[in-house]
Amino acid sequence: MKTDNLSAETKAMIKAEHSHHKEIDLFGFWIYLMSDLVIFSVLFATFVVFQHNYAGAAGPKDLFEMPYLFIETMLLLLSSVTYGFSVIAMNDNKKSQVLIGLIVTALLGLGFVGMEINEFAHMIAEGSSPDKSGYLSAFFTLVATHGLHVSFGLLWMFILILQIVKHGLKDGVRSRLMRLSLFWHFLDVVWVGVFTVVYLMGLV
Amino acid sequence: MSHDHDNTEVEIHATKKGYIIGFILAVLLTLVSFGMVMYKEMFSKGFIFAALFGAAILQMLVHVYYFLHVNGSKAQRWNLVAIVFTGMLLLIFIAGTMWVMYTLNSRMM
Repeated sequence: MKTDNLSAETKAMIKAEHSHHKEIDLFGFWIYLMSDLVIFSVLFATFVVFQHNYAGAAGPKDLFEMPYLFIETMLLLLSSVTYGFSVIAMNDNKKSQVLIGLIVTALLGLGFVGMEINEFAHMIAEGSSPDKSGYLSAFFTLVATHGLHVSFGLLWMFILILQIVKHGLKDGVRSRLMRLSLFWHFLDVVWVGVFTVVYLMGLV
Repeated sequence: MSHDHDNTEVEIHATKKGYIIGFILAVLLTLVSFGMVMYKEMFSKGFIFAALFGAAILQMLVHVYYFLHVNGSKAQRWNLVAIVFTGMLLLIFIAGTMWVMYTLNSRMM
């Protein structure tokens, strides 16, 4: 009887300790995201300083179209929601649903990155490369930094998909999935700033 | 919104309903922003900038609350402290830079 109590207590302690560790892991990653936010804020500050320095090159009204931007925005927003469904499936221990959620998220993310690369390629082909004006330098630095983050998030997602297939929903895999969740949602928050400040405010 | 058992399970905040509410609010705010720019002839420039800024801040808060699950609960306290602090840094960086650079000419006279 006594040993039963003890082991139950020990189990509870181990469980509490374990979840405490998980929390600390997530908190550490959260602090990294906050430092990343500082990088983005400096790039935003640079952009707003250079936003009217066209130096005779193309400005936002020549470069951007709203329907294209809207589709990009919706792809990223939808991918945030599908990632959320993956996390919920993970909590319910439904491996195949986690995988489906991640694959759909990755496809939406790929669509976003593809559209952005296409946009950049068109801009550069039409002579609006980063070296043409302060505005274009600041634009490419800010938007491509976000796009690179999304690309690395996708790389992380592919590796995670392989790990889930190979190892199943083990503790380490779960913890990585939770951290990528923070990363992915965080990038969507930054995108809200990008489409508002860089694109929409430029089109007003 | 604070539940004590949130302390022991990090993943427990996530619900399908939460994500769907967050998604609907985010889409609505995005539509407001795009709509303002589409019908920009109907409003003054200052009003559009203020509305775009407001909608973006609101949408960021929606994302942080519904997707990143930062709320007032005990488990999230330090995440909240960190993001509020970073928000303050952000304000100093961006508003400070704009203030200094946009008034540079007049203050150099």
